[in-house]
Amino acid sequence: MKWLFPILSIITAILLAYALYEALVVAPTDALQGDVYRIIYYHVPSAWTAFLLFFINFVASITYLIGCKPKADILALVSAEVGVVFCTVVLVTGPIWARPVWGIWWAPGDIRLTSTLVLWLIYVSYLVLRRFSTSAQTQILAAALAVFGALDVPLVYFSIWFFRTQHPQPVIGGGGSIDPRMLHVLLLNWLAFLCFAFLVCWSRYRLEVLHREVEEAHAMESLAGGAPANASLPPDRSSR
Amino acid sequence: MKSLWAVTLATLEKDIRLEWRSKDALNSMLFFSLLVVVIFAFAFDPLAEESRQIAGGLIWVAFLFAAVVALNQTWARELRNQVLDAYRVSPAPANALFLAKALGNFIFVSVLEALMAPLFVVFYNLHVLGPAWQLIPIAILGTWALVVNGTFFAAISLRTRSREIMLPLLLFPISIPAVLGMVAGTTAVLTGDNPAHFYIVLLLTYDVVFTTACLALFETVLHAE
Repeated sequence: MKWLFPILSIITAILLAYALYEALVVAPTDALQGDVYRIIYYHVPSAWTAFLLFFINFVASITYLIGCKPKADILALVSAEVGVVFCTVVLVTGPIWARPVWGIWWAPGDIRLTSTLVLWLIYVSYLVLRRFSTSAQTQILAAALAVFGALDVPLVYFSIWFFRTQHPQPVIGGGGSIDPRMLHVLLLNWLAFLCFAFLVCWSRYRLEVLHREVEEAHAMESLAGGAPANASLPPDRSSR
Repeated sequence: MKSLWAVTLATLEKDIRLEWRSKDALNSMLFFSLLVVVIFAFAFDPLAEESRQIAGGLIWVAFLFAAVVALNQTWARELRNQVLDAYRVSPAPANALFLAKALGNFIFVSVLEALMAPLFVVFYNLHVLGPAWQLIPIAILGTWALVVNGTFFAAISLRTRSREIMLPLLLFPISIPAVLGMVAGTTAVLTGDNPAHFYIVLLLTYDVVFTTACLALFETVLHAE
Protein backbone atom coordinates (compact mmCIF):
# COMPACT_ATOMS: atom_id res chain seq x y z
CA MET A 1 0.00 0.00 0.00
CA LYS A 2 2.93 2.32 0.65
CA TRP A 3 3.76 2.71 -3.05
CA LEU A 4 0.24 4.06 -3.59
CA PHE A 5 0.91 7.16 -1.50
CA PRO A 6 3.49 8.89 -3.77
CA ILE A 7 1.44 8.02 -6.85
CA LEU A 8 -1.65 9.55 -5.30
CA SER A 9 0.37 12.60 -4.26
CA ILE A 10 1.51 13.16 -7.85
CA ILE A 11 -2.04 12.70 -9.19
CA THR A 12 -3.35 15.17 -6.60
CA ALA A 13 -0.69 17.75 -7.44
CA ILE A 14 -1.48 17.51 -11.17
CA LEU A 15 -5.22 17.69 -10.48
CA LEU A 16 -4.85 20.74 -8.23
CA ALA A 17 -2.68 22.55 -10.78
CA TYR A 18 -5.02 21.71 -13.65
CA ALA A 19 -8.09 22.71 -11.61
CA LEU A 20 -6.44 26.03 -10.73
CA TYR A 21 -5.70 26.68 -14.40
CA GLU A 22 -9.28 25.82 -15.35
CA ALA A 23 -10.66 28.04 -12.57
CA LEU A 24 -8.52 31.09 -13.34
CA VAL A 25 -8.18 30.92 -17.14
CA VAL A 26 -10.63 28.57 -18.83
CA ALA A 27 -13.84 29.18 -16.88
CA PRO A 28 -15.94 32.01 -18.35
CA THR A 29 -16.18 35.30 -16.44
CA ASP A 30 -19.43 35.90 -14.60
CA ALA A 31 -21.68 38.43 -16.33
CA LEU A 32 -22.68 40.24 -13.13
CA GLN A 33 -19.82 39.77 -10.69
CA GLY A 34 -16.78 39.78 -12.98
CA ASP A 35 -13.67 37.88 -11.98
CA VAL A 36 -14.44 38.09 -8.27
CA TYR A 37 -16.76 35.13 -8.56
CA ARG A 38 -13.83 32.78 -9.31
CA ILE A 39 -13.30 32.38 -5.57
CA ILE A 40 -16.28 30.01 -5.56
CA TYR A 41 -13.98 27.40 -7.11
CA TYR A 42 -12.23 27.33 -3.75
CA HIS A 43 -15.11 28.30 -1.47
CA VAL A 44 -17.73 25.77 -2.56
CA PRO A 45 -15.49 22.68 -2.93
CA SER A 46 -13.96 23.43 0.50
CA ALA A 47 -17.45 23.62 2.01
CA TRP A 48 -18.55 20.33 0.46
CA THR A 49 -15.33 18.63 1.54
CA ALA A 50 -15.66 19.98 5.10
CA PHE A 51 -19.29 18.82 5.40
CA LEU A 52 -18.35 15.40 4.04
CA LEU A 53 -15.52 15.12 6.59
CA PHE A 54 -17.81 16.15 9.46
CA PHE A 55 -20.28 13.52 8.34
CA ILE A 56 -17.48 10.93 8.32
CA ASN A 57 -16.62 12.10 11.85
CA PHE A 58 -20.22 11.51 12.97
CA VAL A 59 -20.39 8.01 11.44
CA ALA A 60 -16.97 7.08 12.87
CA SER A 61 -17.98 8.36 16.33
CA ILE A 62 -21.18 6.31 16.31
CA THR A 63 -19.17 3.27 15.17
CA TYR A 64 -16.74 3.84 18.01
CA LEU A 65 -19.52 4.18 20.60
CA ILE A 66 -21.01 0.87 19.42
CA GLY A 67 -17.88 -1.21 18.90
CA CYS A 68 -15.02 0.64 20.65
CA LYS A 69 -12.71 -0.01 17.70
CA PRO A 70 -9.59 2.23 17.92
CA LYS A 71 -9.51 2.63 14.12
CA ALA A 72 -12.94 4.29 14.16
CA ASP A 73 -11.69 6.71 16.80
CA ILE A 74 -8.60 7.60 14.78
CA LEU A 75 -10.79 8.16 11.71
CA ALA A 76 -13.08 10.44 13.75
CA LEU A 77 -10.11 12.47 15.03
CA VAL A 78 -8.51 12.79 11.59
CA SER A 79 -11.72 13.76 9.79
CA ALA A 80 -12.52 16.40 12.42
CA GLU A 81 -9.03 17.92 12.19
CA VAL A 82 -8.99 18.11 8.39
CA GLY A 83 -12.65 19.17 8.34
CA VAL A 84 -11.91 22.13 10.61
CA VAL A 85 -9.11 23.22 8.24
CA PHE A 86 -11.42 23.11 5.21
CA CYS A 87 -14.19 24.82 7.16
CA THR A 88 -11.71 27.59 8.05
CA VAL A 89 -10.98 28.03 4.33
CA VAL A 90 -14.73 28.41 3.74
CA LEU A 91 -15.09 31.00 6.50
CA VAL A 92 -12.10 33.00 5.23
CA THR A 93 -12.93 32.94 1.51
CA GLY A 94 -16.60 33.79 2.14
CA PRO A 95 -16.06 37.34 3.49
CA ILE A 96 -13.37 38.01 0.84
CA TRP A 97 -16.03 37.37 -1.80
CA ALA A 98 -18.89 39.01 0.11
CA ARG A 99 -17.13 42.37 0.57
CA PRO A 100 -17.05 43.39 -3.15
CA VAL A 101 -20.32 41.64 -4.09
CA TRP A 102 -22.63 42.30 -1.11
CA GLY A 103 -20.74 45.34 0.19
CA ILE A 104 -20.41 43.75 3.65
CA TRP A 105 -17.94 41.25 5.07
CA TRP A 106 -20.44 39.26 7.03
CA ALA A 107 -24.25 38.95 7.14
CA PRO A 108 -25.08 38.01 10.76
CA GLY A 109 -28.60 36.70 10.13
CA ASP A 110 -27.74 34.55 7.14
CA ILE A 111 -28.49 30.87 7.48
CA ARG A 112 -25.52 29.29 5.72
CA LEU A 113 -22.92 31.70 7.11
CA THR A 114 -24.08 31.35 10.68
CA SER A 115 -24.63 27.60 10.59
CA THR A 116 -21.19 27.07 9.03
CA LEU A 117 -19.67 29.24 11.77
CA VAL A 118 -21.49 27.29 14.49
CA LEU A 119 -20.40 24.04 12.88
CA TRP A 120 -16.81 25.27 12.96
CA LEU A 121 -17.18 26.26 16.64
CA ILE A 122 -18.58 22.84 17.55
CA TYR A 123 -15.74 20.95 15.91
CA VAL A 124 -13.11 23.28 17.33
CA SER A 125 -14.54 22.54 20.79
CA TYR A 126 -14.35 18.84 19.88
CA LEU A 127 -10.65 19.20 19.10
CA VAL A 128 -10.10 21.22 22.29
CA LEU A 129 -11.72 18.41 24.30
CA ARG A 130 -9.43 15.86 22.66
CA ARG A 131 -6.43 18.00 23.50
CA PHE A 132 -7.38 18.64 27.12
CA SER A 133 -8.80 15.28 28.05
CA THR A 134 -6.76 12.74 29.99
CA SER A 135 -5.67 9.97 27.70
CA ALA A 136 -7.64 6.93 28.87
CA GLN A 137 -11.16 8.32 28.43
CA THR A 138 -10.68 10.78 25.59
CA GLN A 139 -12.10 8.55 22.88
CA ILE A 140 -15.49 7.87 24.44
CA LEU A 141 -15.99 11.44 25.67
CA ALA A 142 -15.03 12.84 22.26
CA ALA A 143 -17.36 10.40 20.48
CA ALA A 144 -20.24 11.46 22.75
CA LEU A 145 -19.52 15.12 22.02
CA ALA A 146 -19.39 14.41 18.27
CA VAL A 147 -22.88 12.89 18.45
CA PHE A 148 -24.14 15.99 20.29
CA GLY A 149 -22.53 18.22 17.68
CA ALA A 150 -24.14 16.34 14.81
CA LEU A 151 -27.56 16.49 16.53
CA ASP A 152 -27.07 20.22 16.92
CA VAL A 153 -26.54 20.92 13.22
CA PRO A 154 -30.19 20.62 12.06
CA LEU A 155 -31.32 22.64 15.09
CA VAL A 156 -28.86 25.41 14.27
CA TYR A 157 -30.09 25.36 10.70
CA PHE A 158 -33.77 25.64 11.62
CA SER A 159 -33.18 28.23 14.32
CA ILE A 160 -31.66 30.56 11.74
CA TRP A 161 -34.06 29.49 8.98
CA PHE A 162 -36.61 31.84 10.52
CA PHE A 163 -34.56 34.80 9.37
CA ARG A 164 -34.41 35.71 5.71
CA THR A 165 -31.29 34.39 4.11
CA GLN A 166 -28.93 36.44 2.00
CA HIS A 167 -26.61 33.74 0.66
CA PRO A 168 -26.96 32.79 -3.05
CA GLN A 169 -29.11 29.70 -3.60
CA PRO A 170 -27.09 26.49 -3.74
CA VAL A 171 -25.94 25.87 -7.32
CA ILE A 172 -26.74 22.17 -7.14
CA GLY A 173 -30.06 21.02 -5.75
CA GLY A 174 -31.24 24.60 -5.22
CA GLY A 175 -33.11 27.18 -7.24
CA GLY A 176 -30.00 28.80 -8.75
CA SER A 177 -28.71 28.14 -12.25
CA ILE A 178 -25.10 27.78 -13.39
CA ASP A 179 -23.33 27.71 -16.74
CA PRO A 180 -22.42 24.07 -17.57
CA ARG A 181 -18.79 25.10 -18.18
CA MET A 182 -18.63 26.67 -14.72
CA LEU A 183 -20.21 23.56 -13.20
CA HIS A 184 -17.59 21.45 -14.94
CA VAL A 185 -14.76 23.50 -13.43
CA LEU A 186 -16.46 23.48 -10.04
CA LEU A 187 -16.74 19.69 -9.99
CA LEU A 188 -13.16 19.36 -11.23
CA ASN A 189 -12.02 21.54 -8.34
CA TRP A 190 -14.06 19.48 -5.91
CA LEU A 191 -12.41 16.30 -7.18
CA ALA A 192 -8.98 17.88 -6.70
CA PHE A 193 -9.92 19.03 -3.19
CA LEU A 194 -11.29 15.60 -2.30
CA CYS A 195 -8.04 13.96 -3.44
CA PHE A 196 -6.08 16.48 -1.41
CA ALA A 197 -8.25 15.96 1.69
CA PHE A 198 -7.97 12.20 1.32
CA LEU A 199 -4.20 12.47 1.04
CA VAL A 200 -3.90 14.64 4.15
CA CYS A 201 -6.28 12.37 6.10
CA TRP A 202 -4.34 9.33 5.05
CA SER A 203 -0.96 10.64 6.18
CA ARG A 204 -2.48 12.00 9.40
CA TYR A 205 -4.10 8.61 10.00
CA ARG A 206 -0.76 6.82 9.57
CA LEU A 207 0.89 9.34 11.87
CA GLU A 208 -1.76 8.81 14.56
CA VAL A 209 -1.46 5.02 14.31
CA LEU A 210 2.32 5.27 14.70
CA HIS A 211 1.89 7.72 17.58
CA ARG A 212 -0.37 5.31 19.45
CA GLU A 213 1.95 2.38 18.77
CA VAL A 214 4.85 4.36 20.23
CA GLU A 215 2.78 5.32 23.28
CA GLU A 216 1.74 1.73 23.82
CA ALA A 217 5.34 0.53 23.47
CA HIS A 218 6.43 3.09 26.07
CA ALA A 219 3.67 1.93 28.43
CA MET A 220 4.60 -1.72 27.99
CA GLU A 221 8.27 -0.90 28.48
CA SER A 222 7.67 0.92 31.75
CA LEU A 223 5.43 -1.94 32.91
CA ALA A 224 8.09 -4.52 32.08
CA GLY A 225 10.99 -2.45 33.42
CA GLY A 226 9.53 -2.03 36.91
CA ALA A 227 9.34 1.57 38.08
CA PRO A 228 7.82 3.88 35.44
CA ALA A 229 9.46 7.22 34.77
CA ASN A 230 6.71 9.24 36.46
CA ALA A 231 6.35 7.07 39.56
CA SER A 232 7.14 10.02 41.81
CA LEU A 233 4.01 11.91 40.67
CA PRO A 234 1.01 11.80 43.01
CA PRO A 235 -1.55 9.18 41.95
CA ASP A 236 -4.42 11.71 42.00
CA ARG A 237 -5.86 11.59 38.49
CA SER A 238 -8.20 14.52 38.95
CA SER A 239 -5.37 17.00 39.45
CA ARG A 240 -3.76 16.36 36.09
CA MET B 1 -38.73 2.24 36.69
CA LYS B 2 -39.64 2.53 40.35
CA SER B 3 -36.01 2.25 41.43
CA LEU B 4 -35.03 4.91 38.87
CA TRP B 5 -37.37 7.43 40.45
CA ALA B 6 -36.51 6.35 43.99
CA VAL B 7 -32.79 6.86 43.37
CA THR B 8 -33.44 10.10 41.47
CA LEU B 9 -35.51 11.54 44.29
CA ALA B 10 -33.06 10.41 46.97
CA THR B 11 -30.10 11.99 45.14
CA LEU B 12 -32.06 15.12 44.39
CA GLU B 13 -33.11 15.44 48.03
CA LYS B 14 -29.50 15.00 49.13
CA ASP B 15 -28.28 17.68 46.70
CA ILE B 16 -30.98 20.14 47.71
CA ARG B 17 -30.26 19.58 51.39
CA LEU B 18 -26.54 20.10 50.80
CA GLU B 19 -27.26 23.27 48.86
CA TRP B 20 -29.72 24.48 51.49
CA ARG B 21 -27.06 24.13 54.19
CA SER B 22 -24.09 25.56 52.29
CA LYS B 23 -25.80 27.81 49.68
CA ASP B 24 -22.53 27.69 47.72
CA ALA B 25 -23.97 27.54 44.21
CA LEU B 26 -26.89 29.90 44.77
CA ASN B 27 -24.90 32.62 46.47
CA SER B 28 -22.15 32.64 43.87
CA MET B 29 -24.68 32.56 41.00
CA LEU B 30 -26.75 35.36 42.51
CA PHE B 31 -23.81 37.64 43.12
CA PHE B 32 -22.33 36.84 39.71
CA SER B 33 -25.50 37.64 37.77
CA LEU B 34 -26.02 40.76 39.89
CA LEU B 35 -22.58 41.92 38.78
CA VAL B 36 -23.43 41.18 35.15
CA VAL B 37 -26.66 43.21 35.43
CA VAL B 38 -24.88 46.18 36.99
CA ILE B 39 -21.96 46.12 34.53
CA PHE B 40 -24.29 45.85 31.53
CA ALA B 41 -26.41 48.71 32.88
CA PHE B 42 -23.28 50.89 33.09
CA ALA B 43 -21.92 49.73 29.74
CA PHE B 44 -25.07 50.38 27.69
CA ASP B 45 -27.14 52.92 29.67
CA PRO B 46 -30.15 52.27 27.42
CA LEU B 47 -33.40 54.16 26.86
CA ALA B 48 -36.70 52.35 27.50
CA GLU B 49 -37.23 51.44 23.85
CA GLU B 50 -33.65 50.24 23.39
CA SER B 51 -33.72 48.22 26.58
CA ARG B 52 -36.73 46.28 25.32
CA GLN B 53 -34.64 45.36 22.27
CA ILE B 54 -31.53 44.26 24.17
CA ALA B 55 -32.93 43.02 27.50
CA GLY B 56 -33.68 39.52 26.14
CA GLY B 57 -30.05 39.10 25.19
CA LEU B 58 -28.72 40.55 28.45
CA ILE B 59 -30.95 38.45 30.69
CA TRP B 60 -30.04 35.17 29.03
CA VAL B 61 -26.34 35.91 28.73
CA ALA B 62 -26.31 36.70 32.46
CA PHE B 63 -28.18 33.47 33.29
CA LEU B 64 -25.99 31.45 30.93
CA PHE B 65 -22.80 32.63 32.63
CA ALA B 66 -24.30 32.22 36.09
CA ALA B 67 -25.54 28.72 35.28
CA VAL B 68 -21.99 27.68 34.39
CA VAL B 69 -20.97 28.55 37.96
CA ALA B 70 -23.54 26.11 39.35
CA LEU B 71 -22.92 23.46 36.71
CA ASN B 72 -19.20 23.39 37.47
CA GLN B 73 -19.97 22.51 41.07
CA THR B 74 -22.38 19.71 40.13
CA TRP B 75 -19.93 16.87 39.96
CA ALA B 76 -16.97 18.37 41.81
CA ARG B 77 -18.82 17.61 45.06
CA GLU B 78 -18.96 13.90 44.17
CA LEU B 79 -15.21 13.65 43.58
CA ARG B 80 -14.41 14.14 47.25
CA ASN B 81 -14.20 10.83 49.12
CA GLN B 82 -14.57 8.98 45.78
CA VAL B 83 -18.37 9.23 45.86
CA LEU B 84 -18.54 9.05 42.07
CA ASP B 85 -16.47 5.86 42.00
CA ALA B 86 -18.76 4.35 44.61
CA TYR B 87 -21.71 5.30 42.44
CA ARG B 88 -20.11 3.61 39.44
CA VAL B 89 -19.82 0.25 41.17
CA SER B 90 -23.28 0.45 42.75
CA PRO B 91 -26.20 -1.20 40.91
CA ALA B 92 -28.22 2.07 40.87
CA PRO B 93 -29.17 3.19 37.33
CA ALA B 94 -26.76 5.80 35.94
CA ASN B 95 -29.59 7.83 34.45
CA ALA B 96 -31.09 8.32 37.92
CA LEU B 97 -27.93 10.14 38.96
CA PHE B 98 -28.01 12.24 35.80
CA LEU B 99 -31.70 13.12 36.17
CA ALA B 100 -31.22 14.07 39.82
CA LYS B 101 -28.26 16.33 38.98
CA ALA B 102 -30.07 17.93 36.03
CA LEU B 103 -33.25 18.51 38.08
CA GLY B 104 -31.18 19.93 40.94
CA ASN B 105 -29.47 22.37 38.60
CA PHE B 106 -32.81 23.21 37.04
CA ILE B 107 -34.21 24.13 40.46
CA PHE B 108 -31.14 26.21 41.39
CA VAL B 109 -31.12 28.15 38.11
CA SER B 110 -34.91 28.64 38.28
CA VAL B 111 -34.61 30.10 41.77
CA LEU B 112 -31.88 32.39 40.48
CA GLU B 113 -34.09 33.52 37.58
CA ALA B 114 -37.06 34.15 39.86
CA LEU B 115 -34.90 36.33 42.10
CA MET B 116 -33.09 38.16 39.31
CA ALA B 117 -35.98 38.85 36.94
CA PRO B 118 -37.48 41.66 39.11
CA LEU B 119 -34.04 43.25 39.28
CA PHE B 120 -33.83 43.33 35.50
CA VAL B 121 -37.24 44.98 35.35
CA VAL B 122 -36.07 47.65 37.79
CA PHE B 123 -32.66 48.30 36.25
CA TYR B 124 -33.85 48.44 32.64
CA ASN B 125 -37.34 49.94 33.20
CA LEU B 126 -38.90 47.04 31.34
CA HIS B 127 -42.51 47.13 30.28
CA VAL B 128 -43.78 44.04 28.45
CA LEU B 129 -45.70 44.86 25.27
CA GLY B 130 -46.46 41.28 24.11
CA PRO B 131 -48.30 38.42 25.89
CA ALA B 132 -46.29 38.16 29.12
CA TRP B 133 -47.40 34.60 30.00
CA GLN B 134 -45.30 33.31 27.08
CA LEU B 135 -42.17 34.25 29.04
CA ILE B 136 -42.93 31.37 31.43
CA PRO B 137 -42.68 28.51 28.87
CA ILE B 138 -39.65 30.24 27.31
CA ALA B 139 -37.95 30.43 30.72
CA ILE B 140 -38.78 26.84 31.69
CA LEU B 141 -37.79 25.28 28.35
CA GLY B 142 -34.72 27.52 28.01
CA THR B 143 -33.47 26.75 31.50
CA TRP B 144 -33.90 23.03 30.96
CA ALA B 145 -32.03 23.33 27.63
CA LEU B 146 -29.10 24.94 29.43
CA VAL B 147 -28.94 22.62 32.42
CA VAL B 148 -29.54 19.30 30.69
CA ASN B 149 -26.58 19.76 28.33
CA GLY B 150 -24.62 21.60 31.01
CA THR B 151 -24.94 18.70 33.45
CA PHE B 152 -23.84 16.26 30.74
CA PHE B 153 -20.87 18.35 29.63
CA ALA B 154 -19.87 18.96 33.24
CA ALA B 155 -19.57 15.17 33.55
CA ILE B 156 -17.39 15.16 30.42
CA SER B 157 -15.19 18.07 31.48
CA LEU B 158 -14.71 16.40 34.88
CA ARG B 159 -12.17 14.11 33.19
CA THR B 160 -10.13 16.88 31.59
CA ARG B 161 -7.36 19.17 32.69
CA SER B 162 -8.58 22.62 33.81
CA ARG B 163 -12.17 21.40 33.89
CA GLU B 164 -13.71 24.70 34.97
CA ILE B 165 -12.63 26.31 31.69
CA MET B 166 -13.57 23.26 29.66
CA LEU B 167 -17.30 23.36 30.50
CA PRO B 168 -18.18 26.65 28.77
CA LEU B 169 -15.95 25.72 25.81
CA LEU B 170 -18.04 22.59 25.27
CA LEU B 171 -21.42 23.93 26.32
CA PHE B 172 -21.65 27.26 24.50
CA PRO B 173 -21.24 26.06 20.87
CA ILE B 174 -23.85 23.33 21.32
CA SER B 175 -26.19 25.74 23.14
CA ILE B 176 -26.25 28.36 20.37
CA PRO B 177 -29.65 27.29 18.92
CA ALA B 178 -31.17 27.23 22.42
CA VAL B 179 -29.71 30.62 23.33
CA LEU B 180 -30.95 32.02 20.04
CA GLY B 181 -34.42 30.65 20.77
CA MET B 182 -34.48 32.10 24.31
CA VAL B 183 -33.14 35.50 23.32
CA ALA B 184 -35.25 35.93 20.18
CA GLY B 185 -38.36 34.58 21.96
CA THR B 186 -37.92 36.89 24.95
CA THR B 187 -37.29 39.88 22.69
CA ALA B 188 -40.38 39.00 20.64
CA VAL B 189 -42.53 38.98 23.80
CA LEU B 190 -40.97 42.14 25.26
CA THR B 191 -41.37 44.19 22.09
CA GLY B 192 -44.63 42.55 20.99
CA ASP B 193 -43.50 42.90 17.36
CA ASN B 194 -43.86 39.28 16.27
CA PRO B 195 -45.18 36.02 17.75
CA ALA B 196 -42.90 33.87 19.90
CA HIS B 197 -44.54 30.52 19.08
CA PHE B 198 -41.79 29.45 16.70
CA TYR B 199 -39.14 29.89 19.39
CA ILE B 200 -41.13 27.93 21.97
CA VAL B 201 -41.42 25.05 19.49
CA LEU B 202 -37.71 25.34 18.73
CA LEU B 203 -36.81 25.18 22.44
CA LEU B 204 -39.16 22.23 22.96
CA THR B 205 -37.52 20.36 20.06
CA TYR B 206 -34.07 21.16 21.41
CA ASP B 207 -35.06 19.90 24.88
CA VAL B 208 -36.54 16.65 23.59
CA VAL B 209 -33.58 15.90 21.28
CA PHE B 210 -30.87 16.60 23.84
CA THR B 211 -32.62 15.08 26.86
CA THR B 212 -32.91 11.87 24.85
CA ALA B 213 -29.27 12.08 23.76
CA CYS B 214 -28.08 12.74 27.34
CA LEU B 215 -30.05 9.82 28.75
CA ALA B 216 -28.83 7.54 25.96
CA LEU B 217 -25.15 8.43 26.37
CA PHE B 218 -24.75 9.25 30.07
CA GLU B 219 -24.09 5.69 31.18
CA THR B 220 -21.32 5.35 28.58
CA VAL B 221 -19.72 8.60 29.72
CA LEU B 222 -20.04 7.78 33.43
CA HIS B 223 -18.35 4.42 32.99
CA ALA B 224 -15.71 5.62 30.51
CA GLU B 225 -12.42 4.40 31.93
